[in-house]
Amino acid sequence: MPSYVDPSKCDGCKGGDKTACMYICPNDLMVLNKDEMRAYNQEPDACWECYSCVKICPQGAIAVRGYNDFVPMGGMVHPMRSSDSIMWTVKFRNGNMKRFKFPIRTTAEGAANAYADLKGANLDDEMLSTEKALPAPTMLAK
Amino acid sequence: MALPNKPLGELAAVANPEVVEHDVDLLIIGGGMAACGAAFEIKKWASADMKIKLVDKAAMERSGAVAQGLSAINTYIGDNPIENYVKMVRNDLMGVVREDLIYDLGRHVDDSVHLFEEWGLPVWKKDANGDNLDGSKPAPKLTEGGKPVRTGKWQIMINGESYKCVVAEAAKKALGEENIMERVFIVKLILDKNKANQIAGAVGFSTRENKVHVFRCKSALCACGGAVNIFRPRSTGEGKGRAWYPVWNAGSTYTMCAQVGATLTMMENRFTPARFKDGYGPVGAWFLLFKAKVQNGLGEFYANSDSVKDELSKFMPYGQSPVTPTCLRNHLMLNEMKAGRGPIYMATDVALNAFLDAKKAAGMNDKDVQKYWKHLESEAWEDFLDMSVGQAGLWAGANIEPEKVGSEIMPTEPYMLGSHSGCCGIWTSGPAESWVPDVQGKPRSHQYKWGYNRMTTVDGLFTAGDGVGASGHKFSSGSHAEGRIAAKQMVKFCRDNASFKPELPQSAQAYADEIYAPVKRYLEHVGKTTAADINPNYCKPAGLMMRLMKATDEYGGGVATYYMTSGKLLNICLDLLRMLREDAELMAAGDLHELMRAWENYHRIWCVETHIRHIEFRKESRYPGFYYRSDFPTCDDANWKAFVNSTFDPATKEWKCEKVECINIVETTPWI
Repeated sequence: MPSYVDPSKCDGCKGGDKTACMYICPNDLMVLNKDEMRAYNQEPDACWECYSCVKICPQGAIAVRGYNDFVPMGGMVHPMRSSDSIMWTVKFRNGNMKRFKFPIRTTAEGAANAYADLKGANLDDEMLSTEKALPAPTMLAK
Repeated sequence: MALPNKPLGELAAVANPEVVEHDVDLLIIGGGMAACGAAFEIKKWASADMKIKLVDKAAMERSGAVAQGLSAINTYIGDNPIENYVKMVRNDLMGVVREDLIYDLGRHVDDSVHLFEEWGLPVWKKDANGDNLDGSKPAPKLTEGGKPVRTGKWQIMINGESYKCVVAEAAKKALGEENIMERVFIVKLILDKNKANQIAGAVGFSTRENKVHVFRCKSALCACGGAVNIFRPRSTGEGKGRAWYPVWNAGSTYTMCAQVGATLTMMENRFTPARFKDGYGPVGAWFLLFKAKVQNGLGEFYANSDSVKDELSKFMPYGQSPVTPTCLRNHLMLNEMKAGRGPIYMATDVALNAFLDAKKAAGMNDKDVQKYWKHLESEAWEDFLDMSVGQAGLWAGANIEPEKVGSEIMPTEPYMLGSHSGCCGIWTSGPAESWVPDVQGKPRSHQYKWGYNRMTTVDGLFTAGDGVGASGHKFSSGSHAEGRIAAKQMVKFCRDNASFKPELPQSAQAYADEIYAPVKRYLEHVGKTTAADINPNYCKPAGLMMRLMKATDEYGGGVATYYMTSGKLLNICLDLLRMLREDAELMAAGDLHELMRAWENYHRIWCVETHIRHIEFRKESRYPGFYYRSDFPTCDDANWKAFVNSTFDPATKEWKCEKVECINIVETTPWI
């Protein structure tokens, strides 16, 4: 259905102004029903299965069921994402399981260097702010 | 009980939204890799008093084509001559490209990749034994002499699940959260009231609250990605969402720029990638890292057969390259399928077992082979899990283990884009360098440079990433670098035009009324039937999109006809699109999500219309395997080794298509 929400786990992010899945979905699919205080995927056939909502949900309430027009039932792919790695569990239709763990970043969250104080040298050349030199093509067409 | 009719979404739209006006100097529209590049770079050039805003339809942390992550960076020049990068792109895109833009991209792209690694993106490295280390293992950085794991000549492997999060973090910090608006969908660019051909602003709306935003600006960057769901996809049910390119890219870049008169280029180019069937998982790592080959339904590895070599020799010089152009690889695959020799398989089993056999033959003991296999298996699955989890889900659901059985591959429905192996987009100025061709006595639509790198033919309007045409193979890294290039030039434009005071020709309220027209239509008519989606007074966005995709699929060379079309069919398609454009004025939206879908449809219809128009104008088949014209079935270099550029005149509402000279900068002998 692509992504779906387990009502026993979803707490609607306690009605905060930034429901996590709603905040992150690149296609504006996840919405909060304020009466039920539960989120849901409002347009399953527009879901890319990008897993952004699954990865961000603080309650672990969101999972993905494969597209019903070509994926046989019973399989499951589910991540656990931490600040530096992601662990994937792949469950096959026949019950076999595989687990994979991959690094996702080598610096602390928030540590990316924005070069906030850097000022570019010459607005009238083609150099970017962090560049020191630029080549020009050789091997030219005749 | 469904009655009474009510909006489907949670955020109901109202007839009269609040209108908010903003005055800025520099406006960045988009939040993907290109816009993040611009956000990182722009303040390093802007003076302290310049006001800057970035407006994103989604949330930058996961917006754009890299939202899900990537398993490789496909453009990293490293030790290669940049000229060879130009030659590779030129050959893959069948000769008609802007070599100035490609060279320029090539000389900036590595700087962005080095930043990504500094920011925390894990980049795979080769250890002293030549084995692969994942990006978390201690190893010198690229800038310190670390050796990346090259798959092809230009690609490097990464652990890229959080690629976009890392890049967006740096962008947000550099620009400042206070200068970023998320969940605002810009739908129209606006020309200045007084100064001809000058951008003056943009308008859009919030998808979270009933608010229309009207921006005045001196310069704008329009970088909102390519176009998806413009042709009927192979999966038309739930799987429609599993588009190869991000399903939220609606052609907004091309449409918005075209509507204000920016010249477009090579809109006939499309990309129909061959991918794992249905899940659309990537094939690059399988071809390049695992050396897998494709097999037809008879079990033949057809790619090296004599008949294939003969076929490729019909497309010289492109066909003779050691790396066959992407479209021609599709062409060969389609020939197999059309001859009934399908389906086509990626022989993942053969490829993986060849690695194991090689280790065994070299005397590796069983225990170490087992350990080696675990690493190899992990690499194979990571490729999907980093960037196309749905494909992993399909394998899990279908009990597919790649070491035991091959998987079917299939050319997808067509997409429009300018950053991957495609090159449709907007005609822009190249860099102000002596080696960029200087075309005299002709309008900008024929020139290669007019003072501001990556500026469109409209003053003050810039683009990057999927937006810049005739310059493919930028991928994620190149799009970021191109956003940075554009950002610096926007500041320069702003400095040079400091006295310019943008003025919009209409009132803010008039724009708000136009944007909210589908809501007003919904509210006026929704009670006139007992089913909200079936109403003779309006059409809903979801249905209109299906109508669009049916028309292009059947008449514009979609999967229904094995990508075949003709002048006759194209003109029928243009007629259908004309009526579709008229009926789009009758779309109705009851909630903010649906209003977004309505405006995405306006963008889709326009951009695919330019595509059909260009294919119709070009009387040849430039990209066999991507599309064919039955009336001009071959690639005709003698007459058509030229750009097709088109310009919409916003005053007269007329389109003009023209042939534009394609000038080589890098040597043509040897071609590769």
